[in-house]
Amino acid sequence: MLRMLLRRLTLGLITVVLVSIIIFAGVEILPGDACTAFLEREAQGKLLENCRRDLGLNRSAVERYIDWASGAVVGDLGVSANGQKSIAELVGNRMKNSLLLAFCALSVGVPLAIFLGVVTALWRDKPIDLFFSTAAIFAMTIPEFVSATVLILVFSVWLGWLPGIVLTSANAPAAEFFPEIILPVIVVAMVMTAHILRMVRTSVIDVLASDYVRMATLKGVPYWQIVFRHVLPNALLPAINVVALTIAWLLGGVVVIEVVFNYPGLGRMMIDSISDRDLPVVQAIALILATIYVTVNLTADLLTMIANPRLRTHHMRK
Amino acid sequence: MSATLLPAIKNRPHDRFIGMLRGVMSRPSGAIGLSLVVLHLALAIFSPLIVPYDYREISAALMLNGPSFEHWFGTDHLGRDIFTRTLLGGREAILVTGIATPIAVVWGGFIGIFFGLVGGRIDEFMMRIVDAFLSLPWILKMLVLIVTFGTGIGVLVPTLAFFYGIPVIRIARAATHDVVARDFVSAAKARGHGRITIIRRELLPNVLDTLMVEGAMRWSWMLLAFSSLSFLGFGVSPPTPDWGLMIADARGFMSFAPGGVLAPVIFLSSLIIGINLTADSLAKTLGIDRIQQAPA
Repeated sequence: MLRMLLRRLTLGLITVVLVSIIIFAGVEILPGDACTAFLEREAQGKLLENCRRDLGLNRSAVERYIDWASGAVVGDLGVSANGQKSIAELVGNRMKNSLLLAFCALSVGVPLAIFLGVVTALWRDKPIDLFFSTAAIFAMTIPEFVSATVLILVFSVWLGWLPGIVLTSANAPAAEFFPEIILPVIVVAMVMTAHILRMVRTSVIDVLASDYVRMATLKGVPYWQIVFRHVLPNALLPAINVVALTIAWLLGGVVVIEVVFNYPGLGRMMIDSISDRDLPVVQAIALILATIYVTVNLTADLLTMIANPRLRTHHMRK
Repeated sequence: MSATLLPAIKNRPHDRFIGMLRGVMSRPSGAIGLSLVVLHLALAIFSPLIVPYDYREISAALMLNGPSFEHWFGTDHLGRDIFTRTLLGGREAILVTGIATPIAVVWGGFIGIFFGLVGGRIDEFMMRIVDAFLSLPWILKMLVLIVTFGTGIGVLVPTLAFFYGIPVIRIARAATHDVVARDFVSAAKARGHGRITIIRRELLPNVLDTLMVEGAMRWSWMLLAFSSLSFLGFGVSPPTPDWGLMIADARGFMSFAPGGVLAPVIFLSSLIIGINLTADSLAKTLGIDRIQQAPA
C-alpha cells in the first residue's frame, strides 16, 4: 500500500515536471518574447537589449528554466510583462472566483448527477431513462457557448428572471456575485452533470448484472436492500474519477463560459493574457492549471484505492 | 464468441463496411444521427449551388429584419440573408476538421500502437508525456499557436491534428495492450516477424474498430473546438460565414432579432449531435464499451 502510494506520487511529480518543461519549451520555441511583446514596434537595438538584460532574458534557457521553476515551487511566479505586477497576486483573485464557480457548480451538479444516474440505471429503457439519457447527450455535446447563449436568450432576455452578464469586479467578495453567477453555474453544472450521470448509469448497470447481485436476488433479499447495500457502494466508486476529471476541466476548460458571461475567472484571464502576448502570465496559468489537473486526478486515484480494497493489490500494478 | 469470429472469416473491407452501416442504421439513434451527418455533408458540398443570396451582400435597408417570404430566417445586423449564411456556415468547419481528424487518428493511432507493442520503460515515459499534454486545457494550447501563427487553414489543420492526436495515442495504446497479450501476437513474434509486420497484420486489424469510434468522437470534439475558437474571434475571419462567428455577432441583437442566433445554433448543434449519435451506435455495433471522457 505504501509503495503504491509512493509510486503514484512520483509519477504525478514526474508529470508536473514534464508539463513545466513543455510549457517553458513551448514559449521558448515560439517567435518573440516578453520584451518584444512589451515594447511592440520599438523592439529593436538598444531598447530591446536593455529590456532583455533587465528581465534576465539574455541568460541561457536552462538557467532561466531553473530560475522560473524553483520560483514557482515556493509560490513566486514572477512578474507580468506589461504591468510589471506580481503574477501570484493577479492570479490569486481570479483563482478565488474560479473556485467559487467550481464550488457552486459541483455542489449542484454532483448530487444531481449521482441521483439521476442511479434513477436512469434502475429504470433502464423506461421513459424516464430515455428522457434523461437523451438530455445528457444534448448537454454534453452541444458547445458550451451555444447552451450559454440559448439560456441567456430564454432566462435573461425573454423571461427576464436572471441577469445574463456578470458586472461585478474581479476582486469583489464572493457574496456580491449573486445572482449574476447563477446562469454560469447552470451552464457549467449542466455539462458536468451529463458526464457524471452517464458514468454512474453505466456503472450501476454493470453492477446490477453482476453475479453477487443475482445471488442476492435469488436468496430473496428485498430489492431496495440490494440496491442500497450491494449495488450503490460498488457502483459509485468509479464516479470519483469522473468527478476528478470534471473538476480539472472546470478550472481550465470553462474559458468559453467565462467569456460569454464576462465572468472574471482564471479562464478569461488566460484568454486576455494570450491575446496580449503576456507570456509570463500565460506560463504561470498553464502551470497552475496543469498542477491542479495532476493533483486532483492523483487524489481521486488515492481515494478510490482507499475506498476499494480490491484495487490495492495486483490491479494497480498494471 | 462466435459472433466475433464470424466476421473474421469473410473480412473483405466492403462487406465489413456494409455490415457496420447496417448495424448503425438498425438503431433509431444511429439512423437519426447518420442521416443528420449525411445531410450536413451534402449541404457542405452543394450549398453554394442552392443558396438564394450572396453571403456578402450588405444592405442597410434590410438590417435585422424578421423572417419574411424573401428572407426565411430574416437578416443580420448588416442586412445579410441569415438563411444563406447559415447554409454556408458549416463549410469551413467541416473542411478543416474533416482534414484534421484523419490525420490525428492516423498519427496518434500509429504512435499508440507502436509504444503499446514495445512496452517497458520507454512506453511508461511516453505516457507521462501524453499525460503532461493532456493536463493543459485544450484552448490554451491552441490559442497560443493561433495567436502566434495566425488563423488560416494552414495553421488550424496542423494544430488541431496535432493536439487531438495525443488523446488517440492513449486509446490506441490501451487497445494494443489488450491485444499484445494474446497468443497470435506471441506466435507472430516467434515466427520472427518484424515490428512493422506485426503492427500491420496482427495489431491494426484488432485495434481498428476502437480507432474508428475514437475518430468519430475526435471529429465531434474538434468541431466543438473549431466553433468555440470562431466564437471567441480566433477562428474564421469575416466575412466568411461560420456558425460560431455568426452566433458571436448576433448575440448583441438577440433581444429583438433572435433568429440570427437560433439558426446557426440549430445547425451547429444538429451536426454535433448527429456525429455523437452515430459514434454511439457505431460503438455499440462494434461491441466497444466506450467510456465518455471529458473533452481533452
